[in-house]
Amino acid sequence: MNALTVLASGGKEFEAPGPELFDFPPLFAGGPAWLTKPVFFAVFGTLVVCAFCWSAFANPKLVPRGIQNVGEVGYVFVRDQIGRPFLGKNTEQWMPMLLSLFFLIWTWNIFSVIPIIQFPIASHIAFPVVLALSVYFIKVYLGIKHQGLKYFTDMIPKGLPKPIYVLLVPIEYLSTFILAPFTHAVRLFANMFAGHMILAFFSLVGFWFLFEKPTPLGFGVGIIGVIMTCVMTAFEMFIQFLQAFLFTMLAAMYIQSGLHADH
Amino acid sequence: MITAASVLAAEDNNPLVPHPYELVVGIFSFVVVLIVVGKILTPRIQKTLQERTDAIEGGLLRAEQAQEEARQTLEQYKAQQKDGQLEASKLRKKAEEQGAQIIAEMKEQAQAEARRIIEAAKAQIEAERQQALQSLRTEIGAMSVELAGRVVGESLEDSARQSRVVDRFLEELEERARTQEQITS
Repeated sequence: MNALTVLASGGKEFEAPGPELFDFPPLFAGGPAWLTKPVFFAVFGTLVVCAFCWSAFANPKLVPRGIQNVGEVGYVFVRDQIGRPFLGKNTEQWMPMLLSLFFLIWTWNIFSVIPIIQFPIASHIAFPVVLALSVYFIKVYLGIKHQGLKYFTDMIPKGLPKPIYVLLVPIEYLSTFILAPFTHAVRLFANMFAGHMILAFFSLVGFWFLFEKPTPLGFGVGIIGVIMTCVMTAFEMFIQFLQAFLFTMLAAMYIQSGLHADH
Repeated sequence: MITAASVLAAEDNNPLVPHPYELVVGIFSFVVVLIVVGKILTPRIQKTLQERTDAIEGGLLRAEQAQEEARQTLEQYKAQQKDGQLEASKLRKKAEEQGAQIIAEMKEQAQAEARRIIEAAKAQIEAERQQALQSLRTEIGAMSVELAGRVVGESLEDSARQSRVVDRFLEELEERARTQEQITS
């Protein structure tokens, strides 16, 4: 409704931004259709993560200096807050996976509030889907490898009245094999999507009422828009971290559920 | 028309449908990060952290060992000191006993010596007395003869003279005895 309606109304009225925010043309005129802003910055984020980790961990010292300190804070956080509570003694073995996930997602999320970039990569669902599916395949692979066929029977709680199983078994399988990976990906995607929309909305309010169509009446609204943009930016930064943390935590949980039966 | 077109456009770009090329880029990005961060770099920092833990724990262990060693040495020294003190007091006691014994022995020896000297002196005195008696006996005869001669020679006219002669003789005798004593002693 939006971009076209804005055009149709001749740009006279304020129009809230919609999903068209997430559509991008090729990066430069005549370039390949796939080389868009999200793709470019997804790769850029990959390079940033690799560069940061390289400078922090490539040549680690027993007594850490400079950027190694920062990297170690990240490492110890992932290990102590995500790895150990879920994976226990298997933590060290799965740290490469968890650290990669956490750093990559957080960096992609942070891009939402970096000037010029200002786009959360994970708000394009393809990226969360790739990560969630990777974790999903690892989970199922580990489950079959470590528990064999019991992986599929052990996840059903035992000792319940027979009729309950008619209901329980489909729900359990549905939740483990279909809903879990779906919500895993969508949770991250939706948070980033909504966050970007909110930021775009408030900054557009400020821009519209203070610069494009400044009116005495609209002035207050514009100020509120600017203030809210600042507040929501801070809030978004928190959400970005939280979602990276949550995604990695769920990954650890799923991996553990493959290694050992829950029930 | 416009609404339909915009709905169509929105359906074209359903945010819940992943773009295939973005899936490829996502896989590529994740694999690159997994290789560089996960495969290459994480083991390095894990190794370093492990080494750090070992270093700290090793340091603590070494400190503990050193402390234990020091404690043992101290105990050893204390035990040695105690032994030494015991030994010293034993030696002192022994020395005291020995000293007392030596003193007693010495006293006894001294007494014996003194007794021996006294005995010897007595024996000598006895012998000298015997000798003196012997010589006196021989001298007394001669002196008696001499005295008798003098008495006879002097004429026995008055008793006063007689007594003088006797006195003089006795004095001479005493004189002789004194000189003899001086010689013998």
